[in-house]
Amino acid sequence: MKARAWLPPFLLLLALLGLWQLAAESGFMADTLGLESFLVPAPSEIAEVLWQDRGLILENARTTLVEIVAGFILALVCGLLVAFAFRSSELIRRAGYPLVVASQTIPVIVVAPILVVWFGYGIWPKLLIIALICFFPITVNALDGLRSADREAMLMMRSLDASGLQVFRRVELPSALPGIFTGARIAAAVAVIGAVFGEWAGAEKGLGYLMLQDNAQLMTDRMFASVVVLSLIAILLYVLIGLLERVIVRWR
Amino acid sequence: MTAVTARGLSHSFGSLEVLDGIGFEIGPGEVLALAGPSGCGKSTVLEITGGLLEPSGGSIEVSGRSAGSERLASCAWMPQRDCLLPWYSALDNAGLSLRNQMRSRSESRAIATESFEHFGLSGFEQARPSELSGGMRQRVAFIRTLVSGKPVLLLDEPFAALDAITRAELQEWLAPVLAETGATVLLVTHDVEEAIYLADRVLVLSPRPGRITAGLDGARGAAGDRTEVVSSRSFNQRREEVLDLLGPGVDHT
Ligand SMILES: Nc1ncnc2c1ncn2[C@@H]1O[C@H](COP(=O)(O)OP(=O)(O)OP(=O)(O)O)[C@@H](O)[C@H]1O
Ligand SMILES: [Mg+2]
Repeated sequence: MKARAWLPPFLLLLALLGLWQLAAESGFMADTLGLESFLVPAPSEIAEVLWQDRGLILENARTTLVEIVAGFILALVCGLLVAFAFRSSELIRRAGYPLVVASQTIPVIVVAPILVVWFGYGIWPKLLIIALICFFPITVNALDGLRSADREAMLMMRSLDASGLQVFRRVELPSALPGIFTGARIAAAVAVIGAVFGEWAGAEKGLGYLMLQDNAQLMTDRMFASVVVLSLIAILLYVLIGLLERVIVRWR
Repeated sequence: MTAVTARGLSHSFGSLEVLDGIGFEIGPGEVLALAGPSGCGKSTVLEITGGLLEPSGGSIEVSGRSAGSERLASCAWMPQRDCLLPWYSALDNAGLSLRNQMRSRSESRAIATESFEHFGLSGFEQARPSELSGGMRQRVAFIRTLVSGKPVLLLDEPFAALDAITRAELQEWLAPVLAETGATVLLVTHDVEEAIYLADRVLVLSPRPGRITAGLDGARGAAGDRTEVVSSRSFNQRREEVLDLLGPGVDHT
């Protein structure tokens, strides 16, 4: 990435943090909210706690990261398979598409406790929740991408002896790749939210779990530290997927 | 035996009547041009011939067979747009049919490389389609069609998107290539000069719904270079004839 691209948002972030620092340090924020000042930490205090408790935070972050990556991969595999199936048959698409849309209307916060009852406190309920919310953007974008394939190019391939599978591999799939990456990037961002909901419903580890503990003890600064780490995870995944896209979709 | 026989072909897209009783024959190795105004159904004739579309009425045979899958197997279709795939190099685009025919990648590349050398594209093997000029893209698309080894080539306005100079250049390039390959060709164009210059015979279509209004001899194989052929008296007579048949509303370029 060019310096010019990341410099403006970086400066803006810095300015906002500076304002926050001033507002918190001067007691302005706590007064306005009518709170004790320890409940309204300044960025510097958050950074301090992040450094002091780095062992604890990193350990929990690892758990959450594993959940996110595994849930994301599960969603990617399922989402792509469903998109391919929809593309292969109009009947399947018409039958299945409303269900895919409906899956998105399921309130994750509501099903999360049920999944915990069914699958316990381990990684599975988190995986399923993450997959549930990642599945939609991946499927929809992959399907759009597949449908964007040039009809004339596909006919040309048929005329040049291509089987249905060869048309898929050489025309439809490459056409769909930009869409698939778009879906994956959106999914990476929401996967973090899924992981936290999953852990809130019942967990023994993870950043979401840590936030619940800290919440009970009014440790606002460390809750913010967890939020920072969660954001960093989301940004990291987003950037990684973007890099992968650049390597694979070189013709753009 | 004729290579292609069409009898009473008609076609409608929904309520839109596009073709109305088209009949023609193409002998083996012959180049037949279909000239007609925009939207008269020329592309539709090609798609039907190539087994990509079934006609609403009439019959079509390619190499003596009428089933869609058999027409598909005998014809190689070059669409109106070049349809080069941006994720492949120029060479791999040209070799697509070979890969589809399950030849190995190296073998396909070797065959395509040979064609590139033979047809004046050397040095552009690794170029991405976006890096090629319009004329080169059309040549790659033509080679892609040719290397499929099919007996019948269906060319849909292969040079329509090009500027006049490049178009003339490519017509001059294509004439000997077609002679050398001996393929049977159905060429669609709305460029009257192109039709007469490249074809053995020219059929003129009416506006939609397309029907054949006349047939006349092309100038294929005439002695001399393109400029000579195109400016000869007999060529100009035929051009006037076709333009009259096409009537007003056709570009007289
Ligand atoms: N798949 C389709 N569905 C509906 N209408 C179509 C379809 N394909 C072509 N048409 C219509 O049929 C008519 C003939 O189309 P066709 O492409 O065969 O004409 P053409 O002679 O090749 O025209 P052009 O010179 O513009 O390429 C046009 O009016 C076009 O809009
Ligand atoms: Mg056309």
